[in-house]
Amino acid sequence: MAFQIVINLIIAFMWMFLSESYSVPSFIAGYLWGILLLFLLRRFVPDTFYLRRVIKIVRLILLFIKELFSSNMDIVKLVYTPKPDVEPGIFELPTELKSNWEITLLANLISLTPGTLSVAVSRDNTKLFIHAMHIDDSDASILSIKNTFEKAIMEVTR
Amino acid sequence: MIETWISIILNILVIVFILGGTFFILSASIGIVRFPDVYTRLHAATKASTLGIACILIGAFLYLYLAHGIVSGKLLLAIVFILLTAPVSAHMIGRAAHAYGVKPHLKNRRDAYQDAINEYTENQ
Repeated sequence: MAFQIVINLIIAFMWMFLSESYSVPSFIAGYLWGILLLFLLRRFVPDTFYLRRVIKIVRLILLFIKELFSSNMDIVKLVYTPKPDVEPGIFELPTELKSNWEITLLANLISLTPGTLSVAVSRDNTKLFIHAMHIDDSDASILSIKNTFEKAIMEVTR
Repeated sequence: MIETWISIILNILVIVFILGGTFFILSASIGIVRFPDVYTRLHAATKASTLGIACILIGAFLYLYLAHGIVSGKLLLAIVFILLTAPVSAHMIGRAAHAYGVKPHLKNRRDAYQDAINEYTENQ
């Protein structure tokens, strides 16, 4: 991935020097040409095409914004109900993610999504302890976290 | 003609963003007062205030661009940093509260973290 970005930057600079206009627009034009060349020659360059991973990152960010909005709606609804019948509790979420970086990202995403707040990470980094507003549907939220966030993070990092 | 319409729509967007942001922050503060314990209060404090501040900053960004023609990158950076730091601070406050011994507000419900800590200390 890093190799492809370097090639893309070199192509962009070559385009700037060939067209003899040293400005930001010509750099961007050169970068776009580089993306096109890399896409056409993707069979001969090691690793998969790097924009594919960029698209996955963008998808993760969009998913995150959507969840942020729905969690805010939940909280606002709870704040203005006269007698909120919350049944809070802490449940544990077994995770398959390994590195510190992935677990940090997952904990941050969990904290900003509906009804859940990560409280701690177990000592061997295999479980996250999550505080939930409605402990009764903790199984459902475990499933949804595993299916959406963990999958999306794995696609980005692996 | 079209330009005036576009500017009217953008101005309405500014109003919507800033009013929405203040509404979310107001709800967050009411939630902090109303919810029963530390952890549920953290829910309100992190989620609603994050989106509220982000909305206000987007509104300010649009306003600066419309009224003065300034593209202020600092405001966008501030949104990114708030999204990065708010959940981390919530995590640390929650963990510190638990370590200090603040009991969660439970109605005969489980606290898996306390169970795990008990298990660990028994095994030592």
